[in-house]
Amino acid sequence: MQPFRKHTGMVVPLDKVNVDTDQIIPKQFLKRIERTGFGEFLFYDWRFAADGKQRANQTGDFVLDAPRYRKASILVAGKNFGCGSSREHAVWALADYGFRAVIAPSFADIFSNNSLKNGLLTVALNDQQVAEIMRRSKQVEPYQLTVDLETLRVEDRQGFSASFAMDEFSRHCLLHGLDDIARTLQHEAQIVAYEASHLMRAEMKAIGTVK
Amino acid sequence: MSETETMPARTLFEKVWDAHVVAAPEGQSALLYIDLHLVHEVTSPQAFDGLRANGRTVRQPLRTVATVDHNIPTTPRGLPITDPIAAKQIEALENNCREFGVPLFDMDSADQGIVHVIGPELGITLPGMTIVCGDSHTSTHGAFGSLAFGIGTSEVEHVLATQCLPQKKPKTMRIHVPGKLAEGVTAKDLALGMIGRIGTDGATGYVIEYAGDAVRGLSMEGRMTLCNMSIEAGARAGLIAPDETTFAYVSGRRFAPKGKDWEEAVADWRTLASDADAKFDRVVEIEAASLAPFVTWGTNPGMVVAVTECVPESNSFAQESEQRAAEQALAYMGLDPGTPIESIAIDRVFIGSCTNSRIEDLRAAARVAKGQHVNPKVRAMVVPGSQAIKRAAEQEGLHRIFLDAGFEWRESGCSMCLGMNPDILQPGERCASTSNRNFEGRQGRGGRTHLVSPMMAAAAAIAGHFTDIRNWQFH
Repeated sequence: MQPFRKHTGMVVPLDKVNVDTDQIIPKQFLKRIERTGFGEFLFYDWRFAADGKQRANQTGDFVLDAPRYRKASILVAGKNFGCGSSREHAVWALADYGFRAVIAPSFADIFSNNSLKNGLLTVALNDQQVAEIMRRSKQVEPYQLTVDLETLRVEDRQGFSASFAMDEFSRHCLLHGLDDIARTLQHEAQIVAYEASHLMRAEMKAIGTVK
Repeated sequence: MSETETMPARTLFEKVWDAHVVAAPEGQSALLYIDLHLVHEVTSPQAFDGLRANGRTVRQPLRTVATVDHNIPTTPRGLPITDPIAAKQIEALENNCREFGVPLFDMDSADQGIVHVIGPELGITLPGMTIVCGDSHTSTHGAFGSLAFGIGTSEVEHVLATQCLPQKKPKTMRIHVPGKLAEGVTAKDLALGMIGRIGTDGATGYVIEYAGDAVRGLSMEGRMTLCNMSIEAGARAGLIAPDETTFAYVSGRRFAPKGKDWEEAVADWRTLASDADAKFDRVVEIEAASLAPFVTWGTNPGMVVAVTECVPESNSFAQESEQRAAEQALAYMGLDPGTPIESIAIDRVFIGSCTNSRIEDLRAAARVAKGQHVNPKVRAMVVPGSQAIKRAAEQEGLHRIFLDAGFEWRESGCSMCLGMNPDILQPGERCASTSNRNFEGRQGRGGRTHLVSPMMAAAAAIAGHFTDIRNWQFH
């Protein structure tokens, strides 16, 4: 996993609440069996018309495709970001597109977990702070933020500064890009002991006989 | 004083959690043992690739059970899969299961079905278990008093390799539903009413325990519907303490304990209920009598009103962000505020999904459809949750009722719940659906989904618009 220590990048405002993973990566792209290449399909239905052409609607291009936001690597969005389906493809799409961090008032649990496994930092700030970043990212051009996981701070060059919380263990894993599975396997003796005292039932063993 | 008296009072969730802690390393998440890992074709290929890349194996192949459900067609079995990418994904699962020794109920299996339908139906899902699956609706299995939650593909790989998962302990929420659900008000309506009340992020960070007379009064099918929708309120898991209804459902199922094992298991399961003085981090009370048949009007399951109400005004929401979300939802849904729900005409009906595709759901829908005919402007499909349900329904003659009424009767799978297979809405089509998500484009790009119960869906198919099932004239 790619470690996350500190990142400075352009900010794009996605001023919506409850952005679900069906929007982040629509179902038609879940049939791929690879982990890579999802970035071009990010927010597909919002960015592209049904014929695959980039969408221009009454309000202009979808915010990601507006020229000033094209190089953004930090997404700021409304509350409950990543709700819905457990599809990790949503995180793969965000990361593959080039996002390193998402800032929102809150995140869905499974989305947060999936992000952690892929080095995508989810930063929860309060409503006012998110609104302020949203406002600045619309008014200031170009607008950059620095997200520092070591100091747990988000700062811009115009005086905005906020601290965020993250449990120490998740922070440690992200900072060092640690492989989760290897760490669990350090508990091999305990897993073996647990399994020895919780044997599989005879009836369940029969499942091995299904064709 | 007995030992149990000195134990601190614990919730059902805490009892299941505690029984599965393999290790609790200082300053880290607890490592939980996973009793059962359900696998399907969409969220697993990258996980198996990860095992191969690192030279790892599946630690417990017999605690891992796979099936195909998400992108398989629901046209008659034996026809070729016309989508080559879907076919490749299905083939990848078959190859992975063969290579790693994982049991698979494939497309031609008599036991194939939606992963959250076949687990309970085969007696694989049992009270007190920890169950995971790369699918957010894994919460369904909590109906049995198991701790069941959805995971991403990295976690799928983790469980395949270690049969364990490091987890942060969630908070607990008790949703207490006193009273009795009225005729025509179902578990689906309880779920929708609950989400409407607490919001789609109301239970984020929590595990829900459902309790109260209305919950006790639900069948296992109803309990599965309720727990299934927990994730739509943000909770990764929703549990109901096992009771006689649970034991009666599980008893005699193919992979369930038998004989002396059964007696011991039931005795053990009886101890799972939350202690009387157990503390929850949050308690919500929903009077059963306050619930009605519900219909969603927007683009998330919390945007919901009773069938007797009207599409709300966006300025009826307190927060500016919610007002904007409502405006966007109304624009997407093509609805004007103030429109009576019962006047909204529909084009399609979908009866199916891991929320509402079980035999009881089909019986309820068939009871409405009996002797009636689907409105000529509506295309309606019934997709049983599993092959076993399809067979049972056909034995009861439910398929006859549906076919005579003009519904399509299809093969089992996730189908139009998420539209990964060819069953999708066309842009602008409006659908009364028994599924779980009304997100933009969920059932097909530009499609407009209204979530309802199976009875409400069947009635809408016949009427051509939403109608209050409580006034229905059954034939």
